[in-house]
Amino acid sequence: MVYAMVLFPLFMAGIAAAIPMNRVRPWLLPFSAVIHFSLTVLVLVSPELAHETGWFVLDPVGKVILLVVDTLVLFSSFYAVGYLMQRLERSNRFFTAGILGFLGLTSVVTWSHHLGVTWVAIEGTTLVTAPLIYFNRTKTSIEATWRYLLVGSVGIALALLGTFFLAYALLRQGITPSLLLEDLVPLSPELSKPWLRAAFILLLIGFGTKMGLAPMHTWKPDAYGEAPAVVGAILAGGVTSCAFLAFLRVYQICLAAGEGAFASRILLYMGLFSMAVAGLFMVGQRDFKRLLAYSSVEHMGILIFGLGVGAPALFGTLLHVMMNALTKGVLFLSAGNIHRAYNSRNIGQVHGAFRRLPVSGILFFLGFLAITASPPFGPFVSIFAIVTGAFDAGKTPGAVLFLLFLLLVFFGMGRTVLAVTLGESPSRESQYRDTFLTAAPIILVMALVLALGLYLPTPLTELLQEAVSFMEKWS
Amino acid sequence: MMVDLLNAILVIILVMNLFALGTSRILAVIRIIGAQGALLGAVSLLLHEHLSMPSVLAAAVAIVFKGIIIPAIMIRALRDAHIKREVEPLIGFIPSILLGAIATAFALLFSGEPVLMGQEPANLIVPTSLATVLVGFILLTTRFKALSQVLGYLALENGIYIFSLLLVEAIPLVVEMGMLLDLFVGIFVISIITNHINRAFASMDTRRLVSLKE
Repeated sequence: MVYAMVLFPLFMAGIAAAIPMNRVRPWLLPFSAVIHFSLTVLVLVSPELAHETGWFVLDPVGKVILLVVDTLVLFSSFYAVGYLMQRLERSNRFFTAGILGFLGLTSVVTWSHHLGVTWVAIEGTTLVTAPLIYFNRTKTSIEATWRYLLVGSVGIALALLGTFFLAYALLRQGITPSLLLEDLVPLSPELSKPWLRAAFILLLIGFGTKMGLAPMHTWKPDAYGEAPAVVGAILAGGVTSCAFLAFLRVYQICLAAGEGAFASRILLYMGLFSMAVAGLFMVGQRDFKRLLAYSSVEHMGILIFGLGVGAPALFGTLLHVMMNALTKGVLFLSAGNIHRAYNSRNIGQVHGAFRRLPVSGILFFLGFLAITASPPFGPFVSIFAIVTGAFDAGKTPGAVLFLLFLLLVFFGMGRTVLAVTLGESPSRESQYRDTFLTAAPIILVMALVLALGLYLPTPLTELLQEAVSFMEKWS
Repeated sequence: MMVDLLNAILVIILVMNLFALGTSRILAVIRIIGAQGALLGAVSLLLHEHLSMPSVLAAAVAIVFKGIIIPAIMIRALRDAHIKREVEPLIGFIPSILLGAIATAFALLFSGEPVLMGQEPANLIVPTSLATVLVGFILLTTRFKALSQVLGYLALENGIYIFSLLLVEAIPLVVEMGMLLDLFVGIFVISIITNHINRAFASMDTRRLVSLKE
């Protein structure tokens, strides 16, 4: 099963790179995404398919991430067709192949129980997403891609060093090193403590760079600002979730080694720091796509904070991976429509989106309400669970700061979002209108975010519970 | 005997780090980093008592890729870019040598601690690796020319490669993993060479990338 899930998208990526028809090629995206999503559902409902011998096992945590990323890619792929049909002047060969390649590598990350293989796949996601940022070929998009690759490659390199440190922590104790989770976790109490701690910090910096935690977030505003909206959605919801999963594996080893207290302290500080930095940069942010990038930094901070709180907030954290990814999809895709209608990302030029683009304008506004944890949307439920978890765990000062930063973000983000949506639309009209393919997928994701805020279906709760107990089993 | 020779090579690698920090001529830095890469091949052969397939492979990879191919394409990129020197780095050349020396001393102290050293064969692998990573990081963050930054990245990668040699017997996969980092270098150099990037920031001075600053 794992081979089907990995090789099928990669094969389709090959086809995308091979066929010459610019008009037909984008349809490969929804085609592959639907099949991939069906495979995911199949694996989720029939557990016997999730066990593969060797390095590939789909554990409950992997299932959660796979489901999240696949859902996001599924909806984005239809939007991508709508978007690419408007951009036929440009070849979408690398664009289409890149997204399909990313889908294949996501499957590797979620299935892999070998830290080396996970690392390779994470590196791969950096490589296949770089051409996506470069799609517009403007001077600024080249700069953004360069920065993305440079910062990303250093992060990846440090993550590799951290992975080696982890293996070395076994070697030092005279144990044959292994990078397989099944070997590492039972052996983890034996790990040399200083090397394990050094490995943890390097891996946090490394995968944290891919997630975009402050202060390693510097590539994020450029990349998200310059990339087409679909790519922003996939980066903010997909790539970050994969990197988070890779980090979860490391965190799990740390827990099993009895270093939970050490890890927790660092994670709480890192999480709050990211939230604070993001909040400060959001206040007075005039570029609404960069605003979303900082929102992504903030939410990565929330996830890391949730991990730092530990067991009481684990359910909320995993739920938030899902909510964040879906809501980011709504925000980026609707922001992309607004961007194209006004041909600008600056609130100096963009106002009155409610009148100019009623559907995208309203979705952008609802997305803003959802991502800032306003009830009754999904992120409210997950963030509420994280906060109550933090209070239960006795992390009161942290939880209070967490709430303060949420408030800061709400006001910072709100000012820019209101400037975009309210007011008179500038008279200078362009022909751009919402179309079925660029609006319907966003409406569906938004409906999902709302529905999950009102009611969590039992299978989903069960899956998340399983993931939580999988994480706790070894702690 | 073997250990003495190994340590001598590792000391040469450490000295090369400081040279790379102290020279403004980019061509010289390319040659130093390339020679350092080729020396990693020798380290790989000397490190383990018996020659095994993975360590021979690791040696070949280091010599061919890090010692020959990458320096060659870097020199090509340098010629295309019409630049010779790194001008005005963030930290001067002498101060960056000092910083590099401090980093090296730190790496020696850090890995020299009894807790960390334990039953290690008495070689300098771990400190050399860490020092080279730190020096790469210094180069990467204090130089502004795109090519110099790529060279910093290469040094960082060399440091990681040294570390991977410790694990190569137990986990042969580490060689391939280390090689994957070279993909980035390849992409960087290709993007410098291809017109898009070369023309866009002709001097490849990353300080000119101000239009995306806040």
